[in-house]
Amino acid sequence: MNIQRLFKRLKPGRGAVISIPYFWLLLFFLVPFFIVLKISFAEQDLAIPPFTSLMNLEEGGLLHLTLNLGNFDFILSDDFYAKTYLSSLQTALFTTLMCLLLGYPIAYAIARTDPARRNVLLMLVMLPFWTSFLLRVYAWMGLLNENGLINSFLLAIGVINEPLMLFHNDFSLYLVMVYAYLPFMILPLFSHLVKMDGRLLEAASDLGAGPIKAFFTITLPLSKNGIIAGSMMVFIPAVGEFVIPELVGGPDTLMIGKVLWNEFFDNNNWPMAAAVATVMVLLLIVPIAFLHRFETRQLEGKGNE
Amino acid sequence: MNNQQLSPFLKGMLLLGLLFLYIPIVSLIVYSFNDSKLVTVWGGFSTKWYASLFQNEQIISAVELSVQIALASATAAVTLGTIAGFVLARFKRFPGSSLFAGMMTAPMVMPEVITGLSMLLLFISMQQLIGVPAERGFFTIWVGHTTLCMAYVAVVVRSRLLEIDQSLEDAAMDLGARPLKIFFVITLPLVAQAIASGFLLSVTLSLDDLVMTAFLSGPGSTTLPQVIFSKVRLGLNPEINALASITVLVVGVLVIVANYLMLNSQRKRERAMAAAMRESSAG
Repeated sequence: MNIQRLFKRLKPGRGAVISIPYFWLLLFFLVPFFIVLKISFAEQDLAIPPFTSLMNLEEGGLLHLTLNLGNFDFILSDDFYAKTYLSSLQTALFTTLMCLLLGYPIAYAIARTDPARRNVLLMLVMLPFWTSFLLRVYAWMGLLNENGLINSFLLAIGVINEPLMLFHNDFSLYLVMVYAYLPFMILPLFSHLVKMDGRLLEAASDLGAGPIKAFFTITLPLSKNGIIAGSMMVFIPAVGEFVIPELVGGPDTLMIGKVLWNEFFDNNNWPMAAAVATVMVLLLIVPIAFLHRFETRQLEGKGNE
Repeated sequence: MNNQQLSPFLKGMLLLGLLFLYIPIVSLIVYSFNDSKLVTVWGGFSTKWYASLFQNEQIISAVELSVQIALASATAAVTLGTIAGFVLARFKRFPGSSLFAGMMTAPMVMPEVITGLSMLLLFISMQQLIGVPAERGFFTIWVGHTTLCMAYVAVVVRSRLLEIDQSLEDAAMDLGARPLKIFFVITLPLVAQAIASGFLLSVTLSLDDLVMTAFLSGPGSTTLPQVIFSKVRLGLNPEINALASITVLVVGVLVIVANYLMLNSQRKRERAMAAAMRESSAG
């Protein structure tokens, strides 16, 4: 712990090192949220930028503050928004569960292969993640289309007589969501499973536990942290997903990311977009805090070893 | 975990998972060589979409802009992210450390419609207050991408720093090296690999970002994902298939080469460590 003591002695230098990324994040990540909150209390206006200012200097030199609660009132009273938030949470939850069900056996299989082949498999799983997200979503447009590859194939082998409706509905939305977010689940799961001691399973089987019992009493509890990390990595961004519902979702797909986008770009209603974002942040603050607390605990545990 | 034969169920799931991941990508590539304009109807082999792609000036200039932004933001993200990762791994507790760690985690998971909108509103407010930035474009996109990517770099660097032994740094200090010298001579080379993968990751994240860029770009700055998005919104487009195939090829080669190099140097390091251990125990 020598170096720790040294850093303590070098207070000014230490402060300077910390302040560079700290200041950047405060200015470009934290402060903007307060500006979003502020503008969510403004009204749409035909001006540049298109919203009213909250503070006006009146003639007598009085500073007049106007808080417009109309946007939040609208979100709370119009059940379109409630439905959209709910359906976004549902979609994200379903995506997370499917990623977990599909990703767990894959991560487990990779973790149990011998190290030489493990690396190749891991690379194969990660390679799609490195190629463009947008292009991978686009790829499904060609597969799911009414005369796309899947329908042509099924028609050709005679399983179906007319094309299935696979595209622009909830099926295509869920499928592509799972596809796009799967690597985010596999990686944290893998990094926890690979650390597990295989002798534990041998011991369990020596003591007469079947593979299923061994899985539920040993493997699953030991990978709990990986499950939590992976689930949060999928769930939180999935709630606000915009590209996938826009490109492959149905016309009546309700996703809050799409609503925010439309308020901003199509209706030019910036205060409404800000209000939608504020409510979304409030919904996501609990899972984000959970992920953060969990990660800190992880790291502190690691640092003490 | 030790090596055991995988059960048929696990083998099947692994195969299924890989098929699920790769079928869309392979179909993209196959149909990029399709002569027909209808992307999913096979009309014979042709490379004409590649030729027309290279003549599409809108795409070419978007690629140029995207590459410039990606290199600039990856450079900044690596600088800031390495410092942040170092602070998180070595300083541990300091006033505001919990907020700092939180601000590093959040950008990675926060939906981009929120970060994009909030950052745009920051720039608008800054412009009203101090007149800077004068317009949206390269600079605003660069700030957005840097903030997003530095979080990833910090995570990679931090976990590498927690893995390596601090005794090397302690020894250097006992021998009288100054902190800055320790950082540049001992710490930095040890995390060089993590920094390199952080840089690569930042480049790909920046090249791929659509949502944040849409909020932060101005009329004169259209990046590649924005061009792709506006095209595929209208339906399938064979030129985009050609573009996708080139992307997959470039990324595939890069990742495989990088992976090979890293494995090689890891093995070399392990061998050197083992040799050093043998020597010290013999002496």
